[in-house]
Amino acid sequence: MSASMALRQVGYENRSFWRNPAAAFFTFLLPLIFLVLFNSIFGDSELTIDGRDLDGSTFYVPGIAALAVVSACYTNMGMMVTISRDLGILKRVRGTPLPPWAYIFGRLAHAMLVSLLLVLIVTGVGAVAYGTDVPGNTLPGFTVTLMLGAVTFCALGLALTAVIPNADAAPAITNATVLPLLFISNVFIPLQDPPAWLAFVGDVFPLKHFAAALQTAFHPDTTGAGFEWGDLAVIAAWGVAGTALAVRFFSWEPRR
Amino acid sequence: MSELAVEVRGLRKTYGPVVAVGGIDLSVRRGEIFALIGPNGAGKTTTLEILEGHRRADAGHVHVLEEDPARNEIAFKERIGIVLQSTSIQPYLTVEETIEQFRGYYPAPRPLDELVDIVGLEASRKKLVRRLSGGQQRRLDVAMGLAGDPELLFLDEPTTGFDPAARRGAWEMIRGLKSLGKTVLLTTHYMDEAQALADTVAIIRNGLIVAEGTPDELRAGQAETVISFRFAGSAAGLPPAAAAATFENGRAVLRTVDPTTALHELTGWAKERGEALEGLSVTPVSLEDVYLGLAGDEAE
Repeated sequence: MSASMALRQVGYENRSFWRNPAAAFFTFLLPLIFLVLFNSIFGDSELTIDGRDLDGSTFYVPGIAALAVVSACYTNMGMMVTISRDLGILKRVRGTPLPPWAYIFGRLAHAMLVSLLLVLIVTGVGAVAYGTDVPGNTLPGFTVTLMLGAVTFCALGLALTAVIPNADAAPAITNATVLPLLFISNVFIPLQDPPAWLAFVGDVFPLKHFAAALQTAFHPDTTGAGFEWGDLAVIAAWGVAGTALAVRFFSWEPRR
Repeated sequence: MSELAVEVRGLRKTYGPVVAVGGIDLSVRRGEIFALIGPNGAGKTTTLEILEGHRRADAGHVHVLEEDPARNEIAFKERIGIVLQSTSIQPYLTVEETIEQFRGYYPAPRPLDELVDIVGLEASRKKLVRRLSGGQQRRLDVAMGLAGDPELLFLDEPTTGFDPAARRGAWEMIRGLKSLGKTVLLTTHYMDEAQALADTVAIIRNGLIVAEGTPDELRAGQAETVISFRFAGSAAGLPPAAAAATFENGRAVLRTVDPTTALHELTGWAKERGEALEGLSVTPVSLEDVYLGLAGDEAE
């Protein structure tokens, strides 16, 4: 009963999302704009990151895939759930027999589906337009990294809603917490020789590890299944922390 | 099975230094429409939300359908329906989809067609929620509250913001729920609404119940009759029984618990002096007057 309720909930979230074509269109367009933009500016350069050489497009396709996951899971989740909370939609649902986890599952699964679709599009455009190699042997590592990253960033987005006081503050707070990280985590800009403190700050947060793990999986020289266990451990730790905070502090009621 | 759908004793709720509900008792019988009426901030919504399980009481016994709502059990939520004070529905689903979604949350939902019919949204079934008017959204909200075929329905200010025609329509709908055997606990600002719908009315003010009973009982408790007539003079010119009259818009208005004596004196006095007592009216005090008297200035 509950499982089918949870699955139906995913369906309603998806339907709602596609019913607003303008929002859906730009959700998909934004990562592509970044992919084209950064590839045009830096795509031809030869980069050395963490002692490994790679070309611009091998850097940017997985990097923008990471951005896509972060925006669909962390940014969107943080904003949209806060807006729903402020409107009273969460409270309305909380008064029904729908188990809370089933509602959260609906939003989480929807965000992951959007992420997956975004990553497929980014990878496809990368392969066609920039000749980026799509991982074959590393596909297991790539997929696991992607899933773990999506769940982690969803959990962090949900945890973030606890500190967002109201819907008006949601865009400012979500962006302020994620935009700087996009610049210091080898997503927008390749950090070839960053100052130690900047490298350290980047290492603390999960985004740099997420991007690095995806970039490893995309690197033509990577052998084996493409698992970067160190990076995955950091991402998982953040996921556990985010889940714990969300479970403890998540609110279904609009703040007064 | 208890004949009471809601049984509350000594319910208290404070927010910091503010006492929202100051120790109230409520008994709502199964199958009745019970109206909790009071001004803004009187404690109506806090009380309702404690009964719904949205909030916890600080003190007191709360039994709703013989369950403790604070335990937040799914089995309890399957038996109640909630319509919150403000309507909030996902904007990008249709009327039908929204009702279907909520039906899916309950083990024995009411049929979709019946729900659409009860709230009168047949013509808007395929419309997106965001394209509905405010009143239509409110009616959809009620359909969502009824989706699980609840024994008890909570309606928090169901008609606030409605135009008069829409209010009459909503009243018809709520009376219809009673004929389906539902218990309805509603809050309202409007005495005419309580009077039109409720079997029992409780007036709440500053977190306390100040009066409770059937509309007739409430009126009987206030045995005043209002006598008024056109009069240009001052109280000094009137007979003793009418000395307490007030003067509004060129009329003398007298509230009295003994209309027989007052009228006898007044008509005798008028006949003697050749006064016509133009526009004389004698009316029982309205429930609205009772309410305003009890609820205080905040209600105005």
